[in-house]
Amino acid sequence: MDLGAGSVQNRPVMPCAPLLAAATAQPTATAEGGSPAEFTALLFVFLLATFIGLGVVTRVSRLLHTPLMSLTNAISAIAVVGSIVIAGQDHAPLVNLLGAIALAASMTNIVSGFLITDRMLRLFKKPGGDKRP
Amino acid sequence: MSFWLVEGAYLVASALFVMALFWMNDPKTARQGVLSGVVAMALAILGTFLTPGIVHWGWIAGAVAIGCAVGVPLSWVPLTAVPQRTAISHAFGGLAAGLVGTAKFYLWQGEPENLTAFRTFAIAAEVILGFLTFTGSLMAAGKLQEVKFIPQRPVTYPLQNVSNIGLLLLAVGCGIALVFQPVALAFLFPVIVGLALLFGVLLIIPIGGADMPTVISLLNSYAGLSAVAMGFVLDNKLLVIAGALDGSSGLILSIIMCRAMNRSFTNVLFGAFGQVQQKAGVAETRTAKRETAEGAAQVLEMASQVVIVPGYGMAVAQAQQRVRELYDELTKRRIEVKFAIHPVAGRMPGHMNVLLAEADIPYDKLIEMDDINPEMPQTDVVLVIGANDVVNPAARHDKTSPIFGMPIIDADKARLCLAIKRSMNPGFAGIENELYFADRTYMLFGDAKAVVGDLVKQLQSGGSAAL
Repeated sequence: MDLGAGSVQNRPVMPCAPLLAAATAQPTATAEGGSPAEFTALLFVFLLATFIGLGVVTRVSRLLHTPLMSLTNAISAIAVVGSIVIAGQDHAPLVNLLGAIALAASMTNIVSGFLITDRMLRLFKKPGGDKRP
Repeated sequence: MSFWLVEGAYLVASALFVMALFWMNDPKTARQGVLSGVVAMALAILGTFLTPGIVHWGWIAGAVAIGCAVGVPLSWVPLTAVPQRTAISHAFGGLAAGLVGTAKFYLWQGEPENLTAFRTFAIAAEVILGFLTFTGSLMAAGKLQEVKFIPQRPVTYPLQNVSNIGLLLLAVGCGIALVFQPVALAFLFPVIVGLALLFGVLLIIPIGGADMPTVISLLNSYAGLSAVAMGFVLDNKLLVIAGALDGSSGLILSIIMCRAMNRSFTNVLFGAFGQVQQKAGVAETRTAKRETAEGAAQVLEMASQVVIVPGYGMAVAQAQQRVRELYDELTKRRIEVKFAIHPVAGRMPGHMNVLLAEADIPYDKLIEMDDINPEMPQTDVVLVIGANDVVNPAARHDKTSPIFGMPIIDADKARLCLAIKRSMNPGFAGIENELYFADRTYMLFGDAKAVVGDLVKQLQSGGSAAL
């Protein structure tokens, strides 16, 4: 209970100071992040998202399992979000380099994943024997 | 202000990612799903650019340029090579997660108050999952691409499973030690990385070609889970959601693949399936009946329903276009032609559907195993092209067969079966196929592309003579 109260105190106490607002805009670096409350909140998100994922994916047509895999591949390249921050913030160059490699890898997945998924999906012709010239 | 913009963008992106998968339930709406995914990703990236403290735009632009330069050509691969491409993508996904975890760990060495027990635990999970996915997927891609120095057949040695699990436990143990002493025991971190990299290689070495669809799905799941772990490290809900979607998708596909082969996860991972069975052969004395292209074409012409069972052999022989011509010749004669698709046909889930769609076969003619099997007894001719284990009746009754219990397409129940095969060598799983020796089966020996081409020629000349 007092954990919740603590995090409330941490956040919107200063409605007028834009500098402080900018600081809280990055909750990752504050002491609040990584706390047990934050962690369990993420666990709940994980649990619910997994159930949604299972529900949605079981309905995917078996025809499309290969495009599905390349699409989820592109989606899980959301790791790009973490890579951008590490590559772009002011760190030791070696850390930036790690971030940049991760960013290049994620970007490859995003670009090739979406492109090839669309390319495969375009192949699935509507039923009814329409023939291409 | 930027906080709300970033969070808002992430919120919308999460919803769009779910919709992207939802729209994949039907080929008609599937491309909408891709669009939704693209918009979501664009929002997520733009939102992230608003994060305060990003100054090194050069690093970002360079990496994005490299990513596009590699990614665009990677989307042009021939569709037979899609499994390799997918495996390489999993490798990149794992690499990105592993590297971000590594960077965060060393950054937070300077601010140890950030290395809470939960975070360190999440970093350890991210790094182990990420790096084992990286090397494991590279190995899988190498096996699929048939790279020379990676053995195709499973490699086994004594105590393999024990030593593999031991390695993984050691890595997890180091991770747990780090949770308690993230700074003092920081030297354990490279050890974890090394162990995870090694484990990925050793995990894939004993796995044979027939199990690749399952393994790719599993690696898909791991890549998703490593993104989830990254979400826990960075306190980012979008990462957790998108990663969980990927992880659950991979999990479902692996379960479908395992069921389609009647095997369990543990069996796939620790079973070393795929060695040629050295059963003393009573089978050697049996002979299969041959048929010529002419005879086969006549049989096909007289049928009213034909079911084609394609296997990966069809794709290897590049016979899809010929199969399409055969389909056209037969449908011209008002013969009902359907394709029976086994879930593990091809090298990844759904691979065969994509290959046939590329050859312009309408997708309502691609029928799943469970839907086509009841029709088999009313089918006049079954044409097996480059498929083997998925039509082996031994799976139904022969308890000694390694594929016993695997659901199969009931090609033997049709009135007549024509099987195209290069030679009588056993298939991928190294098992002799009873179907070829059945009374109602006739073999057409030769390269799938050439044989189907001959059938088409026979039908074309026969057709013009009849007219």
